[in-house]
Amino acid sequence: MKQAQQHEKLVMDANDVARALTRIAHEILERHKGTKNLALVGIRTGGVHLAHRLAQRIQEIEQSQVVIGELDITLYRDDLSVRKDQPVLRKTSIPFNVTDLIIVLVDDVLFTGRTIRAAMDGLMDLGRPAEIQLAVLVDRGHRQLPIKANYIGKNIPTARDEEVRVCLEELGEEDRVVILKPTA
Amino acid sequence: MSLKRKDLLNIASLDPEEIRLILETADSFKEVSGREIKKVPALRGKTVVNLFFEPSTRTRTSFELAAKRLSADVINFSIATSSVVKGETLLDTARNIEAMQADIIVLRHPAAGAAEALARTVKSSVINAGDGWHEHPTQALLDLFTLREKKLEFKGLQVAIVGDLAHSRVARSNIYALTKLGAEVRVVGPPTMIPAYLDRLGVKVYYHLDEALRGVQVIMMLRLQLERQGRALFPSIREYSRLYGLTAERLQLAESGAVVMHPGPINRGVEIAPDVADSLASVILAQVTNGVAVRMSVLYLLSGGN
Repeated sequence: MKQAQQHEKLVMDANDVARALTRIAHEILERHKGTKNLALVGIRTGGVHLAHRLAQRIQEIEQSQVVIGELDITLYRDDLSVRKDQPVLRKTSIPFNVTDLIIVLVDDVLFTGRTIRAAMDGLMDLGRPAEIQLAVLVDRGHRQLPIKANYIGKNIPTARDEEVRVCLEELGEEDRVVILKPTA
Repeated sequence: MSLKRKDLLNIASLDPEEIRLILETADSFKEVSGREIKKVPALRGKTVVNLFFEPSTRTRTSFELAAKRLSADVINFSIATSSVVKGETLLDTARNIEAMQADIIVLRHPAAGAAEALARTVKSSVINAGDGWHEHPTQALLDLFTLREKKLEFKGLQVAIVGDLAHSRVARSNIYALTKLGAEVRVVGPPTMIPAYLDRLGVKVYYHLDEALRGVQVIMMLRLQLERQGRALFPSIREYSRLYGLTAERLQLAESGAVVMHPGPINRGVEIAPDVADSLASVILAQVTNGVAVRMSVLYLLSGGN
């Protein structure tokens, strides 16, 4: 149960989110000198929307299309056998062969790193990418696995018990990132 | 939402939301089955036991593939090789299997209610893979999944189930499942094979195939169990086939684009003409493919932490 009373702190507004995504798009293109062999794979659900936005920016900057996949990591979670209820499955849709591609995984928040571990295992089951990179809108720290992002929108120091929420227009809210602090 | 039950014993006790959840979850598993590496680690470390007291190749193989594609370990017990021939009862056999830490037991048994009795005895999850003339829930679920894949809307869908309704657990499970989702079900067969209680399940009973097929969108053929022929339920296979066999001409009576289903194994030339079984209207092999995805969905949903 979420607490009814939570203190909410704004850390990125709509403009900050837009600028961060534009910068990440440039960084990806600079690193790869274009879009050859490049594919974006968004992690459900937030990551998928961000991947589409990045692809749109890349298209605007470079006038070339980049392919997008959508990955559901549920079946690769490491807590399936300890949870009481099975989480709802969503569909993975990667309409291209990942072998020999450079895959940029896209997620909204990087936290413990467990989701990314699951996503990498999921991708590996689909083929053998040449390289897997990671782009996140927010890195909030507290890693439990040796995982690091290649492209970061914003580093946000947090306490473990705080919650970072990424609100997106696609999910029916105004673009922003907030930290929710549990009140004592 | 998740499936809040330990076992899958029948369709009768499922509510429409649970049926929809199983079908939607199966979508994801169909995608997994289409991959080059058809395996996900979701049930790693879990043990699934197939306990089959009746001969079955299709269903057992389907459950086995489903469990293996989820990375579970699978053990198959079949009647011919088990200690049942040494006089052990079903519940004792099951207790022994449970003592080996099986997480899920898939049971097929000739006695109606066997799965339910088992589920009450053991802590493992139990999936009914057919109990006597009672139910065969995963078959009905895979039939629904196949219809849904054909973009058919269940509400108001006209379905005819043809054949030996009295001895068919497939028919019973399908009647429950289809009516729960709002389909209109007709059943048709010789009077000796239509039990009196059927109209209480909300279906329309017909005795003439041509009448029953008029305007339907789905035709589900049941297997004529030739081993029952000695019981005088019908005079001869030839007569049965003439009156209740689905031919290309009869298929014309149904709505154009109607779908023909059969749970298999088919008796070619008896309940279904070979050209119909092999026609574009037939989804018989799609049913088999979808069976694996639907069983993966059920195994996954029942395997939540114990």
